[in-house]
Amino acid sequence: MAALTDLTLAALKATLDKKEASAVEVTEAHLKKLDEHRALNAFITETPDRARDMAKASDARRAKGQAGLLEGVPLAIKDLFCTEGVQTTAGSHILEGFVPQYESTVTANLWNAGAVMVGKTNLDEFAMGSSNMTSHFGGVENPWKRKGDNRKLVPGGSSGGSAAAVAAYMVPGSTGTDTGGSIRQPASFCGIVGLKPTYGRCSRWGVVAFASSLDQPGPLTRTVEDSAFLLQGMAGHDPKDSTSAPLAVPDFAAAVRNPDIKGLKVGIPKEYRVDAVSAEIVALWDKGVEMMKAAGAVPVEVSLPHTKYALPAYYIVAPAECSSNLARYDGVRFGLRVPGKDLIEMYQNTRGAGFGKEVRRRIMIGTYVLSAGYYDAYYKKAQQIRALIARDFKQAFEKCDVLLTPTAPTAAFAAGEKMDDPVTMYLNDMFTIPASMAGLPGISVPAGVDKDGLPLGLQIIGRAFDEETMLRAAAALEKAAAFNLRPAGY
Amino acid sequence: MSLDKEAVARIARLARLKVPDEELAPLAVELSGILAWIEQLNEVDTRNVEPMSSVSNVTLPQREDKVTDGGIAEKILANAPGGAVYIEQTDKNAGGFFTVPKVVE
Repeated sequence: MAALTDLTLAALKATLDKKEASAVEVTEAHLKKLDEHRALNAFITETPDRARDMAKASDARRAKGQAGLLEGVPLAIKDLFCTEGVQTTAGSHILEGFVPQYESTVTANLWNAGAVMVGKTNLDEFAMGSSNMTSHFGGVENPWKRKGDNRKLVPGGSSGGSAAAVAAYMVPGSTGTDTGGSIRQPASFCGIVGLKPTYGRCSRWGVVAFASSLDQPGPLTRTVEDSAFLLQGMAGHDPKDSTSAPLAVPDFAAAVRNPDIKGLKVGIPKEYRVDAVSAEIVALWDKGVEMMKAAGAVPVEVSLPHTKYALPAYYIVAPAECSSNLARYDGVRFGLRVPGKDLIEMYQNTRGAGFGKEVRRRIMIGTYVLSAGYYDAYYKKAQQIRALIARDFKQAFEKCDVLLTPTAPTAAFAAGEKMDDPVTMYLNDMFTIPASMAGLPGISVPAGVDKDGLPLGLQIIGRAFDEETMLRAAAALEKAAAFNLRPAGY
Repeated sequence: MSLDKEAVARIARLARLKVPDEELAPLAVELSGILAWIEQLNEVDTRNVEPMSSVSNVTLPQREDKVTDGGIAEKILANAPGGAVYIEQTDKNAGGFFTVPKVVE
């Protein structure tokens, strides 16, 4: 029998259902992996005691015949989800020691489905970053390394700890959040599956806010089927989030069970073929098109003319919303307080010491673009561009059912390789941000490796609230790509 | 739009962020770089385009105007950075206060 930690989430569910292992045994096996791979710095807070208690309770529920969808499955939670009684930092010094008195809706849904929390994963500070290097608690190491090169690589970001934990077999699944690519890009860098649902599919209540019109929780797993199960456990209408969609949650796992894509129209956006993309990524993308075609799909070239403007428009909208959302960190009601000679100086000292460099940079950009006299030129303009981006997708989806694109323009890079210029770092999200701006679901599926042996992902983008078709296409791509590598030593 | 040191200091003040003097000049270069990159949006004709503030095409839901929680003062004050003061020590949920530095002389 395979080691419990090698099993996919679906296989682990089956093992638990058949009573071949208890939740306590499953949890212990995974906690041991957390011990072994602590050097990756994937977790900010490990919660072994709580995990053992939850596993015991899970076994008791199962004995009474009350097993939920994720009964006994150990999960890691991005440290952006408020967890009652467990420190929640958002990767920031300003929230160090903050212990929420309530549980986020998404994590509450997971515990109601029987899942077990093993810890809170590391992330870029306030989810702002594509490398995990902006975390106050230190960067996360990607379990993958280039062939013949021992340099540490970044796991991507911002859900880098969640991606590394899954790639290193510490957990079968984890939660992430995606504002401009923070689930999909780290999934691509770590050779796993990352799914950003349609905006409104998962509740944002209790998730530390970055950019409220874009933020969306989603799952990171090793297979497409697992992402369907985990999304099923996370999703659902929540009256406490006014943007949560009042829709029933479909049976996502059913959509991947028989990934028949005969006749499915797969759109290939021509504007994604840009110079900044490595030849290897373009080759993999072409291969992806061939694989979909071989599986019966019909590739269709489509045009998304405003693609190149999505990134700069995002870097107005996201910082503007972040500057408003992060105004709450004032040293008065919770979080860090650094004294000053008067109230204003206390605010300034607290926020100057509590926020890291990238967060300060984005707050300042946001403050500037929203300031008197500049609002129309920047924020309103960006919202108009956003409308055009959404229209592009709407028109493309008149000709196709899903879109196939690369997930990221490169494979994982080494710590420090792209840190000198913020704009270079922002380009990491060039393929993920357009769908975010339009609120559409996207999933990254590992589809190959580069010349250094590093994993590369392809992205499938679906219509709003049509995760099922997207998952079906992703399952077909996964089957054809047959990516079965794991990082050496994990 | 290029920002100078003084402009950066003004934005930092608006955002209530203490930025050390020696960081102002490098920040001016970085922020100007980001803003220059954003300028490319001016290439797009957006006349008569309705700004999009939300992707969810629904009117925001309304609920009945009634109190839905309360009596949780202890939870609300649990993370108070300056410590909390409770009206009644024996019943912390009866109410309490955040403590802040003196602001009125």
